[in-house]
Amino acid sequence: MTAAFLALAQLAAERRPGPDGYVRLTVDSGTWTALAAGLAQGRHELSALWVDEGVVRMALNDNERALRAIVSVETEAGRFPSVSAHHPPALRLERAMRDLHGVQPVGLPDLRPWLDHGRWPGRPETGAYTFLPVEGDGLHQIPVGPVHAGIIEPGHFRFTANGETVVRLEERLGYLHKGVERLLEGAAIEQAARLMGRISGDSTVAYAWAFARAVEAALGWTPPPRAILLRAVMAELERIAHHINDVGAICNDASVISISARCTLQREDALAAADACFGHRLMMDRIVPGGVAVDLTPEGVGRMRSLLARVEETRVEIGRVYDAMPSLQDRTVATGTVRAELAKQYAAGGYVGRACGRAFDARKSFAYAPYDQLDFDLKTRATGDVDGRLLVRLDEIGESLRILSQLLGRLIAGPIRSEPPPARAGEGAALVEAFRGDVFVTVRLGRDGRVAHAHARDASWFQWPLLEAAIEGNIVADFPLCNKSFNCSYSGHDL
Amino acid sequence: MRNFLSDALFKGKATIAAPGPDAAALTQAAQALADRARRRLGRSLAIREVDAGSCNGCELEINALNNPVYDVERFGLKFVASPRHADVLLVTGPVAWNMREALLRTYNAAPDPKWVVALGDCAIDCGVFAGSPVIVGPLADVLPVDLHVPGCPPSPLAILRALLGLMDVQASGRR
Repeated sequence: MTAAFLALAQLAAERRPGPDGYVRLTVDSGTWTALAAGLAQGRHELSALWVDEGVVRMALNDNERALRAIVSVETEAGRFPSVSAHHPPALRLERAMRDLHGVQPVGLPDLRPWLDHGRWPGRPETGAYTFLPVEGDGLHQIPVGPVHAGIIEPGHFRFTANGETVVRLEERLGYLHKGVERLLEGAAIEQAARLMGRISGDSTVAYAWAFARAVEAALGWTPPPRAILLRAVMAELERIAHHINDVGAICNDASVISISARCTLQREDALAAADACFGHRLMMDRIVPGGVAVDLTPEGVGRMRSLLARVEETRVEIGRVYDAMPSLQDRTVATGTVRAELAKQYAAGGYVGRACGRAFDARKSFAYAPYDQLDFDLKTRATGDVDGRLLVRLDEIGESLRILSQLLGRLIAGPIRSEPPPARAGEGAALVEAFRGDVFVTVRLGRDGRVAHAHARDASWFQWPLLEAAIEGNIVADFPLCNKSFNCSYSGHDL
Repeated sequence: MRNFLSDALFKGKATIAAPGPDAAALTQAAQALADRARRRLGRSLAIREVDAGSCNGCELEINALNNPVYDVERFGLKFVASPRHADVLLVTGPVAWNMREALLRTYNAAPDPKWVVALGDCAIDCGVFAGSPVIVGPLADVLPVDLHVPGCPPSPLAILRALLGLMDVQASGRR
């Protein structure tokens, strides 16, 4: 192989995309490698990488041209050319694919298992996990987790520090692996939807929406207009609840309890409204393929409107208090900085990318209904630090409020779910903007109408590695701040 | 900050009144604790939360217990950082094989007497994850469970009711 690279645009620009917006291509291993080299050259971005019955597939985005493709390569005796050999963001994905599907990425730079901890019945012991070597005078290690001090998910952080300064953080994840992909195989659509809504509970609305869109694309199933508007109402409510909670959690880790208390109150207010309007505080199982499971009553609309006013008041007030507290900003400004090039290389979604100036938001970049009809701005910051990630969240709450007030004004009467078309084999994929970043879901349906294969990629896959980079050179005590400002999902990553 | 203060003065408190203990939870806890009823802890309960495979939905609702609306510390319920300080292990999720050892180590690190609460449908019967080969099973397959709190996820109020039930049983065991 020469070092030749290929840009997605050269290969796919003339091809007609499917109803889900994705161009589908099957390539030989040479073209696959050239596309991987194209990733390294920044010609397109890696959106997902997975195994579907002996075929390895990757979703690639060219944001400038609003071009998306799913590229497939056949494995030969389980072997395929490694993407991470060219493009490090694929590394953990390929290690996980090796653990779960036994495929061999040829040229994989790191052969350590990732999700397989040597505990699964009927599988060989993997032996002790080797962390990367760190050498130098005066270094010490701090192992943290998997069980952490707070009420949070499990994962292991291995810090190597010189005095108070972190020299390296190495994450070890996979503790929450539940075998979601295998459970999805052969599941009825309704059951698969419930599973999708529990890949990462904090993004249940986003996952349910992504899965619904993927299934609808596969079957040519059109949800009614009212359902599409209600989906966005739920998605923005979920976004607001988590963004406001994260702002409070970051301030809490800098010992500003007053902001944290105010934020947790506002979150509770939002969840109570979700419960009153949609019958579930986290709105689980409310978005279903074909529409939504519950309608918003006129009283519900009134309740939402009054919530919007309170959230706006909180947002403005928190912004003002935050801005007037130098002791708080002393902890957040220039802490946990991610370089813009790194955010671009990893195609980091959500506030992690947008705080580094990466202007990507699935609601804008690959706009789906109803966002293509709404007036809102994509907010970015350039600092890449904890402060930037906090301010992006505050900005986005403002935009979500704008979106919600437009949605509530446009709610047209009508059905909330359409009848399913007859079962048929098909394939669909969707990208949905969760509060944390873009969630990718792809599904392949069998002729019996059941899920033959499905895969979900959380935004966290491309954010966790950046947390390792963000903490470098910071003091150990600032790790909680950095971690909260990322708020990556463990469950969404471990699957 | 001025608005924070004026809110505090004029808006009244956000904290809700204490709910009554849930009758079913109370009965269940009473049975599980009957043989240990004479062992006393005092009224405060120190809780160590362990996520053994949750989707993080349960964690969101447990976290909500600490917000000013529910404010569980007023009932003597306190979430602690170390299992060494814990009376109760509050466990969520189906038990993932990859979390089994960490869960057992956490349990063994908590001093006796201790109670184990299985929180959420997954901890009770693995929920939507039932049948996965990388899941050990429900919590009761791994640890002796004293109280089950159903829900996906259980609301903060449901969790609060169940925990208050546990405490009532514990307090009545003193007599």
